[in-house]
Amino acid sequence: MDLALAPETLARWQFGITTVYHFLFVPLTISLAALTAGLQTAWVRTGKEKYLKATKFWGKLFLINIAMGVVTGIVQEFQFGMNWSDYSRFVGDIFGAPLAFEALIAFFFESTFIGLWIFGWDKLPQKIHLACIWMVSIGTILSAYFILAANSWMQHPVGYRINEERGRAELTDFWLVLTQNTALTQFFHTMTAAFLVGGAFMAGISAFHLARRKHVPVMRSSLRVGLVTVAVAGLMTAVSGDLLGKVMYEQQPMKMAAAEALWDGEAPAPFSVFAYGDVDKGHNKVAVEIPGLLSFLAHSDFDSYVPGINDVNEQLQEEHGPGDYRPNIPVAYWGFRWMIGFGMASLTIGMIGLWLTRRKFLLPRALRTGEDEVPNLVLFRSKALSPRLGRWYWLIALWTMAFPLIANSWGWIFTEMGRQPWVVYGVLRTRDAVSPGVSQGEVLISMGVFTLLYAVLAVIEVRLLLKYVKAGPPELTEADLNPPTKIGGDDRDADRPMAFSY
Amino acid sequence: MELHNVWFVLIAVLWIGYFFLEGFDFGIGVLTKLLARDRTERRVLINTIGPVWDGNEVWLLTAGGATFAAFPEWYATLFSGFYLPLLLILVCLIIRGVAFEYRHKREEERWQTNWEHAIFWTSLLPAFLWGVAFGNIVRGVKIDENKEYVGGLVDLLNPYALLGGLVTLALFTFHGAVFAALKTLGDIRTRARAMAVKLGLFALVPALGFLLWTQASRGDGKSLVALVVAVLALTGAVGAVKAGREGWSFGLSGVTIATAVAMLFLALFPNVMPSTLDGDWSLTVTNASSSPYTLKIMTWCAAIAAPLVMLYQGWTYWVFRKRIGTQHIADAH
Repeated sequence: MDLALAPETLARWQFGITTVYHFLFVPLTISLAALTAGLQTAWVRTGKEKYLKATKFWGKLFLINIAMGVVTGIVQEFQFGMNWSDYSRFVGDIFGAPLAFEALIAFFFESTFIGLWIFGWDKLPQKIHLACIWMVSIGTILSAYFILAANSWMQHPVGYRINEERGRAELTDFWLVLTQNTALTQFFHTMTAAFLVGGAFMAGISAFHLARRKHVPVMRSSLRVGLVTVAVAGLMTAVSGDLLGKVMYEQQPMKMAAAEALWDGEAPAPFSVFAYGDVDKGHNKVAVEIPGLLSFLAHSDFDSYVPGINDVNEQLQEEHGPGDYRPNIPVAYWGFRWMIGFGMASLTIGMIGLWLTRRKFLLPRALRTGEDEVPNLVLFRSKALSPRLGRWYWLIALWTMAFPLIANSWGWIFTEMGRQPWVVYGVLRTRDAVSPGVSQGEVLISMGVFTLLYAVLAVIEVRLLLKYVKAGPPELTEADLNPPTKIGGDDRDADRPMAFSY
Repeated sequence: MELHNVWFVLIAVLWIGYFFLEGFDFGIGVLTKLLARDRTERRVLINTIGPVWDGNEVWLLTAGGATFAAFPEWYATLFSGFYLPLLLILVCLIIRGVAFEYRHKREEERWQTNWEHAIFWTSLLPAFLWGVAFGNIVRGVKIDENKEYVGGLVDLLNPYALLGGLVTLALFTFHGAVFAALKTLGDIRTRARAMAVKLGLFALVPALGFLLWTQASRGDGKSLVALVVAVLALTGAVGAVKAGREGWSFGLSGVTIATAVAMLFLALFPNVMPSTLDGDWSLTVTNASSSPYTLKIMTWCAAIAAPLVMLYQGWTYWVFRKRIGTQHIADAH
């Protein structure tokens, strides 16, 4: 069969499309849930109206986003059985459990408390209502943990044995599956990267309003929250990325060699800045490198040996029989670079922003601004940037808002495609995992349907986000400022229209 | 009881929970066209399920995840075998979720009517398709010795399964109408009651036919009890809503759904997906289940988490216990 239309290829494309799309919403949902919860906490604790306005504004964008995350997540839960039935049969004993845990523990949490939060503004006392958004946030994080534990098992299978009679892998140590270092580092890295997304999103939209001097008190606070989040999450993403990289050098040397287009093992091994190579012949034609850095990244030692693609390929051939065990090298190489490049660019822009808008004790008195003023952007000690340069900063913050999202997508594309040809590393090949009973035509139909539907929904979602971003925070009403004291809502004025940020 | 039997029961419970809960919100979706007369009334109906539909849908995700974990072979055969119908259900659930959340976010009339059409169709189709799917599971499908579904799409559209689809659609719509009567105020409540009576009587005929067919072809004593309870409960639910006892009626329509689904699972046991080609190729609770160790962990998780879930989901219904009427809908939203 033509390889481009082989069931495996089609099923992979569909999985790639639906998963990358789903993951556009996931990191933003995770981070915005927590950031919104933080802002609402600030409102409850200080009683400052700007925090309530901020909660409503970011909460609305969060809701528009989570709706998409939830519905595209249903596909993920079904898709293993639909398109990867042999995978499901082989690993269900292990892989199914974290998925069931995720549904039973995290999804119920998330979806029940989000309903309470959306409709609870006039039904729940202030603190209980606040607790609901925190529950949502906890739900999103738990959900991430379980699914990442499942994915980590595909990256590095542990706590199992092969049952020859049943022809499948069986769980022997669930605790190990949940706590192996792959799961922990991957969780750490994914979480920090998610907050980088939310921070940049917040900073970018705040910059948009501040550049136009609109909604200043809310946006000034939001900018600060966004920039601090970018800086902290960005640095932690770098740290966690380094940790995860070291784990991967140990567990999947092929993936990391591909990430560096390092064809033959070297000691010390260089870090590649740019490479253009020939996959068939297995070497680079052009290579710009930093000597020794790769050895350091892999093993914290500038002189250590790092095996190359050809070495690992030979080793895998000895272990698993003849075949090509190399992933798509250009995708792994460039995916790795886009991930780091876009993520770190965003961190840099955030750090610059944090310095430009620094707080008063670092600023001369004349340049300090009040809570309802647009902050002065101050590069050097005593002079604010000219309005034109200042505007540039706001624009850059706005237009690079999606950089971490691009980095997240490439990170996943890299880690999943870098694992190929395995679906469970060293245990099950991707080509042996597809549904044998599902025809080419059926996959083409579903892929077409999902792609079309997702494209239409993307347009609708983005336009809706734009509408609410431009509109800015809502004006507060009497009801907003007088939350009920009883669960179920106060009895006064029983016919009052419902208040909710739906 | 052996753990794979426990999990057969738990999967049944998850599906019962799903059909009981999402049953009425599918029904509400259908009623946005049958019952509501204008935009405000549609809004009232949608708001009765607004805070809870998402949590209700998680019962499906949990049923899916639990089947994957406890009966991987069942999950694999079912989901790959019913590929295109499941695709249609997925598409519906995607559009439906977005429709509930996005409909109120713009004031343009066209925007809102488009989402309203979406809500109607994406509630009606899954309500029907789940019945078809379960009809086929109980009836058995062409499964070969490798546990693969080898039938075509047409094989799934047999009279028994289609009747099953009609039953779920009718029951869910009735269940939704009773829920609407229970949760609304004023004129729409009165009409919801009247419509519930009609829908209930309409549902009685196919439901009786489908359950008797099931009983005759693969029933036993236990399934007969479930059948009798289901039919009595349905009759009682119609009588109660006619008498204006909406709470009782809702409880009884819930019992109807629960016992009807229970009956299907009783008829199924110990198979989980019978093969029509050769009885030896059927998927059963033993040859489709996970290892005892996995089932043990899952049982612990379910034993701790499930009661908690029911507790806080139940609390949600209590928080939103007040009835909603057209006077609660703000003009410009």
